[in-house]
Amino acid sequence: MSNFFSKKASSSSKSASETRPPREVPWVEKYRPKSLDDISSQDHAVQVLKRTILSSNLPHMLFYGPPGTGKTSTILALANQLFGPDLARTRVLELNASDERGISIVREKIKNFARSTVSNPTAAQRAAFPCPPYKLIILDEADSMTQDAQSALRRTMETYSRITRFCLICNYVTRIIDPLASRCSKFRFKPLDTGDAIVRIKDICEKENVVYEEGVVEAILRAADGDLRKAITLLQSASKLHGSSSSSSAPLDADADADADSMDIDSPSTTVTVRSIEEIAGRVPSSIITSLITTASPTSSSSFSEHFSALQTAVENVILDGWSAAQLLVQIHDELVFSDEYDGTAKNSIVAAISETDKRLLDGSDEHLTILDLLVKVSGILRKSS
Amino acid sequence: MSLWVDKHRPKSLDALSYHPELSTRLSSLAASGDFPHLLVYGPSGAGKKTRIVATLKELYGPGVNKIKIDSRVFVTPSNRKLEFNVVSSIYHMEITPSDMGNNDRIIIQELLKEVAQTQQVDLSAKQRFKVVVINEADSLTRDAQAALRRTMEKYSPNLRLILLANSTSNIIAPIRSRTLLVRVAAPSYDDISSILFAVAKKERVALPPALAERIALESGRNLRRALLTLESLYAQNDSLAPDTQIPTPDWEVVVTSIADDLIKDHSAPALLKIRAKFYDLLAHCIPADLVLKTLVFKLLAKVDAELKPEVVYWAAFYEHRIHMGSKVIFHLEAFAAKFMRIYEIYLQAMMDN
Ligand SMILES: Nc1ncnc2c1ncn2[C@@H]1O[C@H](COP(=O)(O)OP(=O)(O)OP(=O)(O)O)[C@@H](O)[C@H]1O
Ligand SMILES: [Mg+2]
Repeated sequence: MSNFFSKKASSSSKSASETRPPREVPWVEKYRPKSLDDISSQDHAVQVLKRTILSSNLPHMLFYGPPGTGKTSTILALANQLFGPDLARTRVLELNASDERGISIVREKIKNFARSTVSNPTAAQRAAFPCPPYKLIILDEADSMTQDAQSALRRTMETYSRITRFCLICNYVTRIIDPLASRCSKFRFKPLDTGDAIVRIKDICEKENVVYEEGVVEAILRAADGDLRKAITLLQSASKLHGSSSSSSAPLDADADADADSMDIDSPSTTVTVRSIEEIAGRVPSSIITSLITTASPTSSSSFSEHFSALQTAVENVILDGWSAAQLLVQIHDELVFSDEYDGTAKNSIVAAISETDKRLLDGSDEHLTILDLLVKVSGILRKSS
Repeated sequence: MSLWVDKHRPKSLDALSYHPELSTRLSSLAASGDFPHLLVYGPSGAGKKTRIVATLKELYGPGVNKIKIDSRVFVTPSNRKLEFNVVSSIYHMEITPSDMGNNDRIIIQELLKEVAQTQQVDLSAKQRFKVVVINEADSLTRDAQAALRRTMEKYSPNLRLILLANSTSNIIAPIRSRTLLVRVAAPSYDDISSILFAVAKKERVALPPALAERIALESGRNLRRALLTLESLYAQNDSLAPDTQIPTPDWEVVVTSIADDLIKDHSAPALLKIRAKFYDLLAHCIPADLVLKTLVFKLLAKVDAELKPEVVYWAAFYEHRIHMGSKVIFHLEAFAAKFMRIYEIYLQAMMDN
């Protein structure tokens, strides 16, 4: 496999490399914020961090919040603004869950970096960036570090705090042991505010020439649930499927793109639709959810036996159609709990049943049987309350 | 000689016979130049793998079908050596987590980085990136899934992942947020019938429509099972008739007999007899959750409607326990006992009325 490496140097076969398609960057990377000012919606964190740039005094930090809210982007932008890209190479160590981070690595690699002397910036670097006199260790996705590895970090963090600052990043703040968390300033990253997210998505649509029908941006944000990365991925996939994204922003050579372009021209549906967003997002069409619930609701028109077998068939069909049980659960929940038709007592029991179902699914229970069980319970509850 | 399921597997997207809109979508993605990471999900036997292999071919051409299997050795931090098979072509690689047990995180970390840090060997390759297909992605440990996160972002110029799973429920949110979800529904009964006809025609077998329909129905919308049934029926019978008997697998016959026992006899000795049958099934490597699920649907077909909700309730309850507990036989047995009890009470109430 080693011969895979030495590729760039040998551009001997120039013609071959010319026919190669351009390296297209996924939009999430293309539109990853480059500076703190580009970070949407996380005003509090951004404000505090900007102040630290001015004062050049950075505490240890703990960023936490759901996926796709800008944690990684923020710290990368901050590192870049503090040191500039060149100096960052010697001043910043980024480790994430894809790196081995067991206790031995903490003791060796991290500790060695933490205690190493701070490299000196050149005059040019000093002129362009604050270049504060410390190094930065970013432990991204720190919730996947073991407790042991985390406790091994404690000492290192304290001992070398004069020359090394840490930034821990995680989704679940409770997975970070207390002694570590208490040494850090905490920054909560909120699910993205819809208004801010809309601005961002519309901006990308404009830059990429995405044509979309009314309601698409809202549908994307509904499906993404505050996760901007998911929103951008959805938008890009949808626009590819509809061939609506113009290739103007892409490099021009590539033969491979020619096919795609000619397809674009005669493909009839170049407009991204709400329905396609929902399908790509894995959302179950609401007609299916409504019909499941109708089937579970008591009727006077059929016998109980007919009612039950209708329910059994309906569940079998949604499962065989591949809808994910977790997604069904979310949507069944919303449909029932936000409806005005059921009284408090019924909703109480429904929520309890949903909670149990969620736990079972997470534990790996069979989806078909578990969803059937839920709907049979719901059916019983609705019958009692009507 | 290969099985019909493999022999007649469509090799390209346009040869796939059902879900045409999905094929179109995959092919525009393949043509778009920036293929995303995919999470492909759907019930087993729905044709996920076939569709993905066809997509790979669309991405790279026939070279992806030239597969080799390498044995690789990984060393754990505790210095244990792990041997692991990697299936690959020069464009893609395929891994199956269940082959690696609890060490999946280490293997994933090493393997993906290696792929990501190397470039395409074939300079004339149609894509710059290589693809790693992960089968049964829903059985990856959480640790291993976490290890994928930043890798998927950082190495996106060189690497695309295609995750295959039965459901997205056990895929962590940060991964779902990084992938395009692709749902592959099981083919409809009609889809299956027409594929059965097409295969029969190629094999020059006369297939009566009524039989095709029955095979499709019996398969529970599982195409693989339907094709295997067709082939074995053909092998076992001189000719196929509309009423040719479709044999039930042995294990299912045993489960049916358990269901019959449960309805008939609610005594302690009967429970012992049933226990022996459960043991027998487990000894033949039939997964306990499959046994329970099959059993409950057989029971549902036999009991009065009024009793059904309770049967489902307890079946789901003990099925969950199977996953959480340490000895599966306890929970199978407990379900059997529970069923006997509720059935007995129900019969009693009927008599009192
Ligand atoms: N607040 C934000 N402002 C602007 N863009 C954002 C923001 N949050 C997320 N994004 C977009 O989403 C992508 C992913 O964000 P990022 O990697 O920072 O998420 P994260 O919070 O680290 O998520 P995870 O917990 O899954 O690691 C970015 O490349 C960017 O395009
Ligand atoms: Mg991140």
